[in-house]
Amino acid sequence: MRHPQLPTLPPSQDPDRLIACELCDALHVRTALGDAERAVCLRCGTELYRNSTGAYRRLLPLVVTAVILLLISNMYPIVAMDLKGTRMETTLWGAIQALYADDRTLVAVLVFVTTLLVPLSELLMMGFVLLPTARRRMPRAFPRIARAILLTRPWGMIEVFMIGVLVTLVKLSTVAQVMPGVSLWSFGALVIVLAAILSFSPRDLWHQLDARSTNGVPAVPSDTVS
Amino acid sequence: MSADRLCYPTAATQGLLACHACDLVSSLTLEGAPCPRCGATLHRRKPASMARAWAFLLSAYLLYIPANLLPIMVTQSIFGTQHDTILSGVIYLWLSGSYMLSLVVLIASVVVPLLKMMILTLLLLTVRRRSTWRLREQTRLYTVVEVIGRWSMLDVFVVALLASLVRAGSLATITPGAGALAFASVVVLTMLASLCFDPRLLWDSLDAPPRPLDFPVVNHDGTL
Repeated sequence: MRHPQLPTLPPSQDPDRLIACELCDALHVRTALGDAERAVCLRCGTELYRNSTGAYRRLLPLVVTAVILLLISNMYPIVAMDLKGTRMETTLWGAIQALYADDRTLVAVLVFVTTLLVPLSELLMMGFVLLPTARRRMPRAFPRIARAILLTRPWGMIEVFMIGVLVTLVKLSTVAQVMPGVSLWSFGALVIVLAAILSFSPRDLWHQLDARSTNGVPAVPSDTVS
Repeated sequence: MSADRLCYPTAATQGLLACHACDLVSSLTLEGAPCPRCGATLHRRKPASMARAWAFLLSAYLLYIPANLLPIMVTQSIFGTQHDTILSGVIYLWLSGSYMLSLVVLIASVVVPLLKMMILTLLLLTVRRRSTWRLREQTRLYTVVEVIGRWSMLDVFVVALLASLVRAGSLATITPGAGALAFASVVVLTMLASLCFDPRLLWDSLDAPPRPLDFPVVNHDGTL
């Protein structure tokens, strides 16, 4: 459905049901969405919001899984290498330490932040918010944490690191015998779980909590696609 | 698509603004005040968006030169010392027969950073010139920049892993070179530039007629 041009909004419109496109500022009216439906901006085509109730219910188990996988991934070596009888293996922490030891402190800090600090703190913050809401209580300091999650999101780079491991394996396979470590598999699983978690926008946390308090979604028509 | 079909009521033209942290739409009079729902400071547009984005982007362009010229990896072995730049790493992968992987690294480390900086330049110039050319497509380009930006970190991770695996004691030693820092900085700076850029500024040229200058115009002879 294409809206005709609205010179001004109907005065009865409840501001809580309005949503402005994040990328082009066009105003839309929120509407109830079915499963797997998402609303897109009529003007620029950006996704405005999606039906996140199902994703929200799955979120806490996924976050717990991801924390466990992240811990396992860091306990065991990612890659092991046999070069003329000498065995070398490394963990993520080992890679960071190597950078630090070679006087690339800034790069070491960057790798630490993007592959360990940000993913772990984001997962812990989500867990901290989701645990009380599962018991229908408002989490403490929720606004602050929701904003922090939004802020850290662009800087988590586990999936990029994962491809980096594969590139390393291939690069070394020509000169030495390389064996993928236990961590490689848990990293792979972690990437998949993280992808499912990251498809949930932290802004929807607000909407989910609101929907719980007002118990309902507005039913004013706007454009939806599935 | 004609320009008038792209005319929609926007938050700004309706006297409203959306919270960047929780999406709540509030009155424009609340600008600079905390959001009534989440407490984040409300801004109509990202503050100092253009100045910050230009600053980060120009720094990224500057660092892109050492990032490609300096070695990102130094290999010392009994055969001598070998300095690898980003491009020579790609060539090495290609010659050793890993065509797919060589393409992945080429795209992640060479194409993506360059493309990102070029797209951001285009977007910033569009806003600066108040052009309304293909705004939909340009907005799409912005989302592309946001998605692909992080993938350039690939080479930094590879160097970190190689350096920790191939250390002193075995037949060869790999150490990260100075180019690694320059390259990582390019990635971070372009990410910061795209985070600071506000794509709504693109659409403002369409929504709002050119603003009158908010400072008095002084004639050449000094009179108002």
